[in-house]
Amino acid sequence: MSEGVVYWLQQTLNALQLGSIYALIALGYTMVYGILTMINFAHGDVFMIGAFFCFLLSSTLGLTFVPTLLLTMLGTALLGVVIERLAYKPLRQAPRVSAIITALGVGLFLENFTLALAPYPKHIPMLMENVTWNLHGISLSLIQVVIISLSLGLMFLLDYIVHRTPIGMAMRAISWDKTFVPLMGIPVDLIISITFAIGAGLAGAAGTMYALAYPVIDPYMGIMVGWKAFICAVVGGIGNIRGAMAGAFILGGVEIMVVAFFPSTYRDFVAFTLLILLIIIRPYGILGKPRIQKV
Amino acid sequence: MTLLTATKVGHQFGGLCAVADFNLKLHYGDLMGIIGPNGAGKTTVFNLITGVYRASEGSIHFKGTELVGKKPNQIAALHIGRTFQNIRLFRDLSVLDNVRIAHHAQASYTPLEGLLHLGRYRREEQRIIDNSRLLLAIFKLEHLAGETAKNLPYGLQRRLEIARALAISPELLLLDEPAAGMNPNEIDQLMDLIQWIRQEFKLTILLIEHQMKLVMGICERIKVLDFGVTLAEGPPKMIQNHPRVLEAYLGEIPVV
Amino acid sequence: MITLLREQWDLLLEKRWLVPVLLIIGFGLAFVIPEFNLLSVYVQLILMYVGINIILAVSLNLVNGYMGEFSLAHAGFMAVGAYTAVLLTMKVLPVTDFPLLFPCAVLAGGLAAALLGMLVAIPSFKVRGDYLAIITLAFLMIVKSMIENIDFIGGPRGIPGIMKLTTLPWVFFWTVTLVWMIRNFIYSKYGRGVLSIREDEIASDLMSVNTQQVKLFAFMLSSFCAGIAGALFAHLLQFISPRIFDISKSTDILIMVYLGGIASIGGSILGATLFTVLLELLRPSTMAALLSWLPSFVFDPLNEHFISHLGVWRMVIMPLALILVMLYWPRGIMGLREFRGFIPRRDREAHHLNNPHGEDPHDITNRH
Repeated sequence: MSEGVVYWLQQTLNALQLGSIYALIALGYTMVYGILTMINFAHGDVFMIGAFFCFLLSSTLGLTFVPTLLLTMLGTALLGVVIERLAYKPLRQAPRVSAIITALGVGLFLENFTLALAPYPKHIPMLMENVTWNLHGISLSLIQVVIISLSLGLMFLLDYIVHRTPIGMAMRAISWDKTFVPLMGIPVDLIISITFAIGAGLAGAAGTMYALAYPVIDPYMGIMVGWKAFICAVVGGIGNIRGAMAGAFILGGVEIMVVAFFPSTYRDFVAFTLLILLIIIRPYGILGKPRIQKV
Repeated sequence: MTLLTATKVGHQFGGLCAVADFNLKLHYGDLMGIIGPNGAGKTTVFNLITGVYRASEGSIHFKGTELVGKKPNQIAALHIGRTFQNIRLFRDLSVLDNVRIAHHAQASYTPLEGLLHLGRYRREEQRIIDNSRLLLAIFKLEHLAGETAKNLPYGLQRRLEIARALAISPELLLLDEPAAGMNPNEIDQLMDLIQWIRQEFKLTILLIEHQMKLVMGICERIKVLDFGVTLAEGPPKMIQNHPRVLEAYLGEIPVV
Repeated sequence: MITLLREQWDLLLEKRWLVPVLLIIGFGLAFVIPEFNLLSVYVQLILMYVGINIILAVSLNLVNGYMGEFSLAHAGFMAVGAYTAVLLTMKVLPVTDFPLLFPCAVLAGGLAAALLGMLVAIPSFKVRGDYLAIITLAFLMIVKSMIENIDFIGGPRGIPGIMKLTTLPWVFFWTVTLVWMIRNFIYSKYGRGVLSIREDEIASDLMSVNTQQVKLFAFMLSSFCAGIAGALFAHLLQFISPRIFDISKSTDILIMVYLGGIASIGGSILGATLFTVLLELLRPSTMAALLSWLPSFVFDPLNEHFISHLGVWRMVIMPLALILVMLYWPRGIMGLREFRGFIPRRDREAHHLNNPHGEDPHDITNRH
């Protein structure tokens, strides 16, 4: 294969890997927004906590990849529910912005709490044996395969849950109308908690994947990744699960491609400019639907 | 003298035709009603005149100016006021502020004067507040000037909306279902009010209404719409007995 | 007796000469304190940061509180103002010879930021709410990224060695002037226009409010003030870099605004002051100095177990306090309310003093 094609395919792999991680986080944002119209700014930091859980489990208990992944997802899911019950639930009747600011506070709390306990960046021990293959000049690593396939698997699972199970239907119902849904016997509080749990669990998975790919973690790693994942969710049409996935792979692709062909310092500049253009052209996101206002 | 002329106005939403071949001629001082079943396109006509939608066909002339293509605030500045089917007051703002805001286009001071509270600011602001209080007094709302709009009872909110529309110093007033939710007593009062403001403020009024008592009672001419198409136009007596109108309503017109 | 005092107090507040006198006293103090070191240098520094943060909070409140948007770009405007002013004072203007060129540089910073504010205003014509929030976020990232890529202005390393031109009198002057201008804007037809856009943009348009023009002015005024604050900040900190003006800075200002209370000038002043002062108070050195009067047997264990750990834990305490405030006062401590002194006499009756605790249970507020 020609060098150009090889390069492109290599970058595509990288983009898929980055996009997968963004997607897992973006899904949590979009699900919570869909159901509560709330931007959970603490979500990026839940991702960071996931990575730190991963570190704890593997360095102190010496667990391997699969148990670490499962326990981390469980841990972050639990964290998500706790945050929801303590900080967001009391504000459900309050103006939307209060919950958003509270989320900001929760995020700051998580960051600095972790910083207080772990002042120096941590190095995560190897979670699995990495194997690299060379296919016609393209370098493929086991870690990449694991990240991409696991993420896609989780995304399909989520899509299935949301679109083909009663719980998913309840979630979608609540996102359309919160007042009358309880009158139909749907336990709204429970569904909301489940939504948060799933979203946070996915973020925990993302944290583990990230730790797999980039073994050095620090308490502020969730900030930029979190904001970028939020942007992915909005670009895809906030509240729309498939949109969030699309947005994430688009952003991942754009970032990798920019770095591949321009100086790496231009990465954010180009990515965000394209983002603004996209929102101006399609103000409701790629797959989003505008809420039609009747005059 | 002609105030407003709508010629062959049409508008579609996606594939659905909301209004087709709509023609209207209003003279100074007219009091005209638009009736029709729900979804007939009546509010769409209002929205087309006031610039919320841009008519895809036809033209609307107001005192010699073409309205199609103008932005809503420009059209309002030309002295066309309106109220809404579902009340659209500025709910968290005070009663007085609701009326003051409608003076926006008439307050002639620059942003710089506004930033420094100099020059024409004082004079214009005093004028605005005086006129607003006057309007509130006319509508017997002046004692509620500081009250938050959303706390007002329904009937008073409707009144406030009309007061606010009058703050534009309109020559043409569009009233969208002003009698919605009112009992027969209130409708009588409203009929008197509409005729009174028409005289006091020298208004031309176009109103949409379902309450036949009001429409037949005060309108000089009535236009009937259904599915965006004009079925009939003429004085109340003629409309009441018009076969196509009766057919469209399927006998739903309550006996007056 | 108490009622008599209260009556006298209210009468005093109504006197027309009150504000000018207070301003003169304040201005005088602003000169005298540094001149004779009436307060420690540290406290003077804090006062200046409080002033700068007040400008930032009040100006952000204009867009986020009064207009009901959610702008994340404020740090970006700060950056533009800071860099513009610094480039002028360091490379272009002979500030050491003509000290009055400093306010010119600061003003230039504000104007540059205002021009950029125009750029952000334009998408706001078509896009509202969360999507506009994203655009402001992207805008912030772009500004930061652009600065990082221009080596001429220091790139990612920033610009060190800036002259310390910001003084207490200057901060006092700019804070008072800008807060006064914003207050004037709010109690003018433009400010009412801003409120009406928040309430119902379509109805606002139909009531003759030129919504595009109003949005433009609001954004430009807000960013102008942020630019000035940035310029003052740069000449106080004496060092600027892109990392200072990142999303965390915007977040800090957001917290000041929402903590103090949305759509309230007094609230923003309160929020900015509380935020700045509390963060400083919670420093180990400050806390130790404050509690030094305690007898040794109380102070020493307190110091060992509590105060010395503050350095690490104060940033944990602050967000917790924020969360608690939000749970009790969802609209901020002074949300939607205002100090009577800020409201022009003419507007006193119209200013609905909203009861933040008397919420309409059916009000499913999707807006705010």
